[in-house]
Amino acid sequence: MMKFRFRRQGHDPQREKIKQDLFAFNKTVEHGFPNQPSALAYDPKLQLMAIGTKSGAIKVYGAPGVECTGLHKETATVTQLHFFPGQGRILSLLDDNTLHLWEIEQKEQCSHLEEVCSFMLPGRSGIESTSATRVTVLLPKLSCDLLAVGTEGGGVHFLELPSFTLLDRSIFQDEIMQSVPEEYKCGKSLGPVESLQEHPQHPDKILIGYSRGLVVLWDLQSRHADNVFLGKQQLESLVWVRSGNSFVSSHSDGGYMVWPVSSSTPCTHEPVTSTIPYGPFPCKAVNKILWRTTESGAPLVLFSGGMPRASYGDRHCLTILQDSQHITLDFTSRVIDFFTIHCIDRDKEFDDPLALVVLLEEELVVIDLQTAGWPTIPSPYLAPLHSSAITCSYHISNVPTKLWDRVISAGQRQCHLQTHTNWPICGGKNLAPSPKQQELLLTGHEDGTVRFWDASGVSLRPLYKLSTANIFQTDCDHNDSLTQAGEEDWPPFRKVGCFDPYSDDPRLGIQKICLCKYSGKLLVAGTAGQVIVLYLCDEKSDHMIDVATVDLLQDREGFTWKGHDRLPPKSSSVPFAPGFQPVVLVQCMPPAAVTAVTLHAEWNLIAFGTSHGFGLFDYHRRSPVLARCTLHPNDSLAMEGPLSRVKSLKKSLRQSFRRIRKSRVSGKKRVMVQEANAQLAEQDAEVTPVQRRIEPRSADDSLSGVVRCLCFADTFLRDGTHHGPTMWAGTNSGCVYAYALDVPSQDKFSEQSVEALLGKEIQLMHRAPVVSIAVLDGRGNPLPEPYEVSRDLAKAPDMQGSHSVLIASEEQFKVFMLPRVSAKTKFKLTAHEGCRVRKVALVNFSSVASEDYSENGLVCLTNLGDIHVFSIPALRPQVRYDCIRKEDISGIASCVFTKTGQGEYFKKIFLKSRFYLISPSEYERFSLSARVITKPLCQLDVDRPHDPSELSPLSSPALDSPNSSADITLDTTGELTVEDVKDFLV
Amino acid sequence: MNKNHRVPSSRSLSAVEVKSKFGAEFRRFSLDRSKPGRFDEFYGLLQHVHRIPNVDLLVGYADIHGDLLPINNDDNYHKAISTAAPLLRLFLQRKEEADYSAFGTDSLTRKKTPAALAAVLLRPDANRKKPPIIISLPKDFRPVSSIIDVDILPETHRRVRLYKHGQEKPLGFYIRDGSSVRVTPQGLEKVPGIFISRLVPGGLAESTGLLAVNDEVLEVNGIEVAGKSLDQVTDMMIANSHNLIITVKPANQRNNVVRNSNSGGGAASGSSGRSSDSGASYYSYSTPGATAMTPSHIIQNFRPEEVESDDEEEDLVIEAGGDTRLAPRPAAGATASYSMPTLPRYEPHLNLRPSNGAMATSASVGSLSAPDRGLERRNLEEDGTVITL
Repeated sequence: MMKFRFRRQGHDPQREKIKQDLFAFNKTVEHGFPNQPSALAYDPKLQLMAIGTKSGAIKVYGAPGVECTGLHKETATVTQLHFFPGQGRILSLLDDNTLHLWEIEQKEQCSHLEEVCSFMLPGRSGIESTSATRVTVLLPKLSCDLLAVGTEGGGVHFLELPSFTLLDRSIFQDEIMQSVPEEYKCGKSLGPVESLQEHPQHPDKILIGYSRGLVVLWDLQSRHADNVFLGKQQLESLVWVRSGNSFVSSHSDGGYMVWPVSSSTPCTHEPVTSTIPYGPFPCKAVNKILWRTTESGAPLVLFSGGMPRASYGDRHCLTILQDSQHITLDFTSRVIDFFTIHCIDRDKEFDDPLALVVLLEEELVVIDLQTAGWPTIPSPYLAPLHSSAITCSYHISNVPTKLWDRVISAGQRQCHLQTHTNWPICGGKNLAPSPKQQELLLTGHEDGTVRFWDASGVSLRPLYKLSTANIFQTDCDHNDSLTQAGEEDWPPFRKVGCFDPYSDDPRLGIQKICLCKYSGKLLVAGTAGQVIVLYLCDEKSDHMIDVATVDLLQDREGFTWKGHDRLPPKSSSVPFAPGFQPVVLVQCMPPAAVTAVTLHAEWNLIAFGTSHGFGLFDYHRRSPVLARCTLHPNDSLAMEGPLSRVKSLKKSLRQSFRRIRKSRVSGKKRVMVQEANAQLAEQDAEVTPVQRRIEPRSADDSLSGVVRCLCFADTFLRDGTHHGPTMWAGTNSGCVYAYALDVPSQDKFSEQSVEALLGKEIQLMHRAPVVSIAVLDGRGNPLPEPYEVSRDLAKAPDMQGSHSVLIASEEQFKVFMLPRVSAKTKFKLTAHEGCRVRKVALVNFSSVASEDYSENGLVCLTNLGDIHVFSIPALRPQVRYDCIRKEDISGIASCVFTKTGQGEYFKKIFLKSRFYLISPSEYERFSLSARVITKPLCQLDVDRPHDPSELSPLSSPALDSPNSSADITLDTTGELTVEDVKDFLV
Repeated sequence: MNKNHRVPSSRSLSAVEVKSKFGAEFRRFSLDRSKPGRFDEFYGLLQHVHRIPNVDLLVGYADIHGDLLPINNDDNYHKAISTAAPLLRLFLQRKEEADYSAFGTDSLTRKKTPAALAAVLLRPDANRKKPPIIISLPKDFRPVSSIIDVDILPETHRRVRLYKHGQEKPLGFYIRDGSSVRVTPQGLEKVPGIFISRLVPGGLAESTGLLAVNDEVLEVNGIEVAGKSLDQVTDMMIANSHNLIITVKPANQRNNVVRNSNSGGGAASGSSGRSSDSGASYYSYSTPGATAMTPSHIIQNFRPEEVESDDEEEDLVIEAGGDTRLAPRPAAGATASYSMPTLPRYEPHLNLRPSNGAMATSASVGSLSAPDRGLERRNLEEDGTVITL
């Protein structure tokens, strides 16, 4: 059978070499907050924090810039993480009941997390069912040579570390029962092991807490229960008081008890104190409690949960108690785990906690415990990008220092509520060189805010937050004040954290952003057709905003907008803090979501488009220049408005919460349900095969008038000799409008108005949506941005040769010569590959081989998640990489390509797929340029006294005998070198 | 020279009287109707009787309907002999000077109407009394579908071309995922495939009769679909919908093209040899073999490049002044793009043959051409050219 191939270029080895020097695909960094965190651990010696996720990832963080990641082979939830203090080793427990040992490996200044071995507790035949060996708690001893494992069956097993050898020293409940008085026994089992805690002073003693309430102090040497504490409340957690003279237990009734430990009384019936802080009405369980002594006096008690069931049972709270001080931290998402950073030096008498670190489902909150009032410490990483759902993003590379400094100073004035205590988690050294150029990432959110992030380095740092909601009259303000006033004094709630997925008015959502980095002019457009022009201003101001309304329907008859109303602007003057301050509001009518914007600060023009048409506005003179309707006469869907068809956000949130509550069944049941669901899904697939209709796009498809892209260019539209300002607009139905603009010279801006004249209208015959339009100069290079030529920042474009326009549709790329608009080259991507264009960008690729060789390329991300690079203007395919999973629709939709400033560095950012509620929380970065150093930017230089991987290969016989392993326990913070260790081993 | 082709002296009913015209010269001879021999022998005979041994000829004859039809292989040669009653009028042309439009099958050059040309050839005396019977003028027809590449595809496969032409009639079919069984060295293997799941009544796909439910789609416009998802194949088909070429493995294998191997195996292999490297636009009816070998099917060849460049695709550019034109192509591409599309149009007269059961080629007269559409669009946009607020 004859196989057809479309024409392929011959494999020119020289060209292949050049391509190798230009292109290389690497995933580099992940930004943002890990999706669905499920476990937390802290190593006080190395000062590293580890977070495990439901997808089986482990992320280790130290000082800002110090990060490393590991991913379990199994995609099971990481339920527990434990550091071996000082060893750079992490123990993880997955919900499939397997234990995994990870090591931080050091390779050429980069750190990696590598899995060393895994272990599963063997089930015992006969007596115990499999659930009996299900691990509930882990306790790696501080000496790092022994691991105690508590199970659901109530047994405690001991494993030798790091070899995971099961020792024949298990403690079973019958053994314990012998020390328990008869009246306590009552025939029931003690329940699962809920907590294991090592005695702070005597490493040989561990505290074992059973679900039923019994707590036992066990001596590992004598294999005998020293004390038993006959708790009668269901146990949730245990914590030692530093002295070892007492411990604290927390219970499911919302209370906690302090128990005395004395060798004289082997059987304690009652605690010293027992409190239910939020009683007397029924309370929820106190899931975890910490007790930290302070030099200044009263101990700090920190616990999660325990809220009155009826009134605040749905809150996610963590309480800090000290003497008479009481604060209930009120979070917007579930508390996963928390720890304190405190003194671990055994010689010191007090814990003296520095900070409290709380891992929530959606963010990380750190509280400064040393400063009065316990303020929060801003986090330099793990930024909750998704604090409000991200609706769009915009990237600016090579940001001028002037703009950068002004944004930073505006941002600093915003965060006066936060303490400036140094970040307490500071393990490792960031060896990454400081970035050569500044990069800004702007994210638009559903609540109408635009957040500015420092995207130059490994960690995405929040710089500045701009809110556009304050220029509108919305209900939100009232709501806020009402809830504030309605809140009672008790419990003393304090809202902490910035994750707030609730948006009361989805119309505020930001749809499109455009920033001129040279003039500091920002264009922000939203869901209700609002287009806002903002100027960067260093002084605070109080002014009225100019409002202009542009009718994009142009008096078309027979159309009634059925969607949402416009946002009413405030009629009085509004105070604005230093930063980006709104100056002009252009309201599109009907108020449909803005689908495209562009800004030309040199011409003082903005262009914007919706599903009905597009407009051009002179923001200097505050006067509309042009409005054009693109609506097809038969298009009724365009008049619906998106919000009427989407169920309300609040409703969907409520449903999600209900679903979460329902899913709180035991892990095993959940697995069974999942399996059943999977089977059902399979059956469904077989019953109804999916059909696809094959029909060409028709001219009267719905939403064909949606304006997909807009661009300004100084080029030849009317004839081949005179170039001038032009504006281009592309629609969903493959139509391109080109306008010649008459822009007055700089000094006449105020007197003379801008004129726009339709020059060309191009209907692409294949009718696919136009994704992007760009004008290329005579040499085939993209035109520079505004101001770049006038300020000598870029090479002037070739205005001699003939220009061409590159029109990228969802199906094909075409280059047309200007001014005649004659087809020059094309590439039909969809016809050849069956994939559709989602995102395109013109990118400058620099060669690794030679400093000054670079090529412009057209980068295209398809609906299959692969990336293609084409040469321009020839449109020859260069390389192709798989980038995003094709199922990851949101990831593909959120991909942002960076332009190149200097043509030296090229990176792109996209949102990671995983969805929780409505907001994805992570950005993943990848690079297509070979020029970028391919090693991960997250360089972690752990300052460890010894390297465990060299110290203890798992087969090392020296570690197999308990004696020798005890000998080389290197838990003291001695300044050992690798050489010392080698000597020792020899 | 074969003995069969010696000019017999005696006339009988079993003889065919041949009157052959080349330029201004006539030759007359007769052939045995029962033993016509092969085409290449006949061809040699013609060169011999006209004394033009080294001239490449295009042989045409007037059939009973008065149509000028080509003789270029054994099949149509035998047809011509068997239908001669008893005079067989032949018209010879030099190949290099040949005017293909005379055959009434051509859309390449339409300076003169084929009918008029045929008339000139058939009745050299311009003072003819009645006009020839005109059947199926090609310009009145537009191809809607065709089976192509019969000579290069396995007999179990069928390559169907659907011409959408911007007409109202929908393509009218659906595709689905499925699995098919392949023979591999390891034995039979189930592999995922794409199948036609539904034909819309009255749609283009159904009306051609060339596609059926459960036919497996193997290629779309020359690109294999193996390994591609249903959505990808859908997108590929839609992207090519104006000129869709689908290679299918029909679910019903009984209507397959059967190559007539006993009558002209040699010619067939020769034709496929030529087909793979020949892009000549007149190929389908000037090369011995293809056309008449399987008279019940239309056989055309195309190269992927030809699929690439089709005039359907010209984008519409509306100048500010109001004139509409197609986006022009630069010089190099122009020749290709204007000559290529004409190539695969089918020969309408074949439609009238009695033996075309398997070939269901429908034609519709008139279509909304691209400029028309453009004008229409222009009209509806007229009201809002430039509005300054």
